[in-house]
This record gives sequence, C-alpha cells and structure tokens, in this order.
Amino acid sequence: MAGLELLSDQGYRLDGRKATELRKVQARMGVFAQADGSAYIEQGNTKALAVVYGPHEMRGSRSRTLHDRAVINCQYSMATFSTAERKRRPHGDKKSTEMSLHLKQTFEAAILTQLYPRSQIDIFVKILQADGGNYSVCVNAATLAVIDAGIPMRDYVCACTVGFVDETPLADLCYTEENGGVSSLALALLPRGGQIALLQMDARLHQDHLETMMEAAMIACKGVSKVLDEVVRQHLQEASALSRD
Amino acid sequence: MKDTPLSNCERDFLLKAIEEKKRLDGRQTYDYRNIKITFGTDYGCCFVDLGKTRVMAQVSCELVAPKETRPNEGILFFNIELSPMASPAFEPGRQSELSVKLNRQLERCFRNSKCIDTESLCVVSGEKVWQIRVDVHTLNHDGNLMDAASIAAITALCHFRRPDVSIQGEEITVYTPEERDPIPLSIYHMPISVSFSFFQQGTYLLVDPCEREERVMDGLLMIAMNKHREICSIQSSGGIMLLKEQVLRCSKIASVKVSEITELISKALENDKKARKAGERCGFAESMPQERITALKMDETPVEMKNVTEKAEDIVKKYEAPPQSVPSPLVPAPGVGQVGQGQQNSWGLEEEDGEKID
Repeated sequence: MAGLELLSDQGYRLDGRKATELRKVQARMGVFAQADGSAYIEQGNTKALAVVYGPHEMRGSRSRTLHDRAVINCQYSMATFSTAERKRRPHGDKKSTEMSLHLKQTFEAAILTQLYPRSQIDIFVKILQADGGNYSVCVNAATLAVIDAGIPMRDYVCACTVGFVDETPLADLCYTEENGGVSSLALALLPRGGQIALLQMDARLHQDHLETMMEAAMIACKGVSKVLDEVVRQHLQEASALSRD
Repeated sequence: MKDTPLSNCERDFLLKAIEEKKRLDGRQTYDYRNIKITFGTDYGCCFVDLGKTRVMAQVSCELVAPKETRPNEGILFFNIELSPMASPAFEPGRQSELSVKLNRQLERCFRNSKCIDTESLCVVSGEKVWQIRVDVHTLNHDGNLMDAASIAAITALCHFRRPDVSIQGEEITVYTPEERDPIPLSIYHMPISVSFSFFQQGTYLLVDPCEREERVMDGLLMIAMNKHREICSIQSSGGIMLLKEQVLRCSKIASVKVSEITELISKALENDKKARKAGERCGFAESMPQERITALKMDETPVEMKNVTEKAEDIVKKYEAPPQSVPSPLVPAPGVGQVGQGQQNSWGLEEEDGEKID
C-alpha cells in the first residue's frame, strides 16, 4: 500500500474529503418496536445498529447487582458479512470483548446510573458494514439508542477517529486510511463540558503532535454532536406530529 | 475464588490519605516502586519485580507458515496469563475481563507500534517465517500488572536470541546454539507503558498504583511511550472523564519515567551480557537473594536488676503451692461439670441485680 496517497498536495483525501471533513451521517431512531430504544446510523460506508433494553431487573447473576446504581451491560459484535472476508467468529474473540468493555466504560461515565439502583441496562451494537471508525460509529449509534429509550444521560456521547498524516490530522478515518499504518486516535467526548469518556490511540505518534490530534478529535466530535442533535430533534418532531394528528 | 471485598473503612482511609498527598508506602505522587530485573539461564527469560508485583516473561520461537495477507513478515504473538498464583481473585481457565484487557493492551502496545522488524524474521517468503511468542506470567499481583508486563516483555525480547539460519539454494539449515551463536532480534525501539490512576473524579492522580490503590481508583490511564518521546499507545479505562490538559500532563510525566526505566533496562541487559561472557553462573536461582537470618540484633533496653532474687522469693512465698491433685468436678446440674471457681471479674462494673434499663 506504499503507493496510496492518503493526503494529496491539494489537501484532498482518498475519497475526496478535506482533512477536517467528516463523512456523511444518516441516522434513524426507533427502528425496532420490540426494544426499548434502537437506532441505526450510517457514517459514510460504515453502518451500525444499536439496541437498548432497560432499565430492567438484573438478569443472569443476581450477585452482580449494585446497590446504588445500574449495571451497564454492553455487547459489541460484527456481522459476518461486515468485512471484506467473512468473519468466522463474530463475538467472543478478544477484539469484540475489548470493544464491549470500552463501550461499557464510555456509557457508565455518561448515563446517570444513580437513578436506577439494582437494575441493568443492556446495550447491543452490531456493525453491519465495517469501513473504518468502528468504535466511533458504535458509540454514536448507542447514544441515539439510549436517547430513544429515554434513559437520562449527562450529555450526548460523540466519538470520532482521527489520524495523522504529513503533520495534518485527518478526521473520521475510513478503512484504507486506518490500515495504511497511520496513527489513529479514537476519542469519545461529552461535548458540552469537553470531558473525554474514552481515549484510545495506536501506532507511533510523537508527543508534540498529541495536542494537535486531540484538538482535532474534539472539534470533529463536536461536529458529530451537532448532527446527532439534529437527528434527535427531527425524530421528536416527527413523533409529536403523528401524535398530534 | 472471590476476592475479599474492600471494607469501607479501608476505602475511606485510602481516599483521605490520597487527598493529603500521602501514599500507603510513603512514595510521592509520581514515584515508581523499586524495579528489579533479573534474567533466567535461557535467552529470552526475564523476571521483573515492580515493588512486590512480580511477572515473568519468556520468549520462544518457531518456524511456521506465514499469514496469507503478509507472506514475508514474521508473526508476533503476545499472551499474558493471569495465574491463580498471583492473586486469589484470578481463576484458572476462565478468561476474565482483566485478562482480555491486559492481553489487548499488550498487543496494541507492541504490535501496532512496530517495535520489532518483522521482515527480518522471514526465512522463505510465503513458506517459512519465524513466529516469536512472548508469554508473560503473573507471579504476584500487587498492582500495576500492565507496566510490569510491558517491561518484562520488552526486556525478554531484547534478551532473546533466535537460532541462526542459512539458505543455500533450496536447502535451509537451522543451526543449533552449539553450532553457531544465536542472533538477537532487531528491535527498533522499546515501548514502555506507564499507568496513571485517578481518584475522586479525576482530581487526584497517582503513578504506579499498588493493589490497594487500584481497588479504590476511579479509572486508569495507560500511556506507552519509548525513549524517543513517541507515544506508542494510549488507553483510558474505568468510567472517568478526563480533560485534555490532564492527558497532556500525563504524557509529559510519562516521557520522564520512560527514559528512566529504559536506562534501567539497558543497564540490566549490559550486566547480564557481561556476566555471561565472564562465564559466571547466571539464572533465576542465582539472582534470588539468600534470605537467611545470619545475625540477630536487638536494641538493649535497661532493666532494673537490683534485689531481683529477694523480690522473687517474696512473691513465691506469698502464694501457696498449687494443689497436687485436681479437685473432682462439681455437678450443679445434670450434664454440667464445674472445675474451680473462676475469679472476680475485674471490669469494674457494678453488679446490680434486678436493675432494668429503660
């Protein structure tokens, strides 16, 4: 992949975006009737589906009940058809478990769990098509699903993956850019307070560039939060228009 | 086996102490515990002591077929075993969350940062490459397993020697260590992870938490860097909210710590090389200190020794000799036997019969 130019001289990336441009986001809330909350999001070519059940009584091991707050249970899985080669083990492998842990950690920080002691909130996310930024798209989908379920959160949780090429941060990486050996930083942010719920970075990056990367990631996340806000308000308008009639 | 839960008293004590900038073992906020690195007899075996946390890393190699997507690169495989030896909370067989987390962190820290030249591990492109396997076993868990594991893994990789291989046309010869000296791996840089623990919603920060501190912490930030100030991996865990300034400050602290630790590792490797060259006996058994008490020293306390014999005789005379035979037990009620009377209780409470407390 040495010949692939991730950032051209004019400042255009492989798919024609500029360095700070996000991919097109299309989202829909309330896609399933059975679940308490559900959402579907498409960010460029990455498609994710999130479903929330809860808060409900603790299922499974009663011993894990927390007396003062809710337990958040996340499961991340990828559909077998989501990647170029058929995935033989969609869940249970180390990467999926790690992602589930990260999602759990992100939402434990954001959801007001103190309001639901001794109960459990389940968040299930499935990637239908993986084209880079899997974690970020999952977080965005789960945020919409949690809002759809009516569970109170401190703020929107928005996530974005940022890469670093030629001294320029690239916002919202796609699959080719991620695998091109670029250092990528995934950040989950609560935009209003600027608080970072999760920070994850791979590959070598010089310490001096860290601040620029983080700044770019935070700006990108704030952009995502505006889009998600639009989606929520529109959904609310549609729902209230129907009930009025 | 479930771990004993931490009592609220202990938790409050630890948090209060941290608020006053005090740690259990007297360290400062940014201090690491004592790091001790020792090597085993084989190349690639390394023990790391981080305070009382002890881990062991062993590197081994094998010739295998390469991955189809990367036919001329060797394979690196990392594995951390949380053995039940380390802590009663670790159960054998079951892959707990902590085990998955540590495994993934170690993989990301080393593999994605390309610290080893994998192309040099190729023997025959598309057919035979070296698979380097790093197994880290935790021997004692006293907090901060991630840092100890990363130090152990990179030291073991630097210490390891793989067998020499020569190719003559179609024939490949793998030489045993006796025939030709084994050659070290080509390592570009040494990523070392530094863990920061946060308390009270991110107000207080500690470097290198011990086990008790880990239990009360809100969250953990792991930054892996090398001595060239390149960040190899960052991972935040636990449900804490961080601010950008906190992360940048931590990265600065990490760079200082990493350079210190890298120096320590290089020194340890140097010493071991010298010892092996000089033909000294090296290995785990040699490096274990002989913890035997060879001298017992006690401070002298002055004791009043005047008239001791007279005083002793007086005391003995005052008390009558103990009865030679044991009196037979009294039977106040069937099934109850009483021997002796017992003494007056000396608590100073007044025995008031029939007094009721309203």
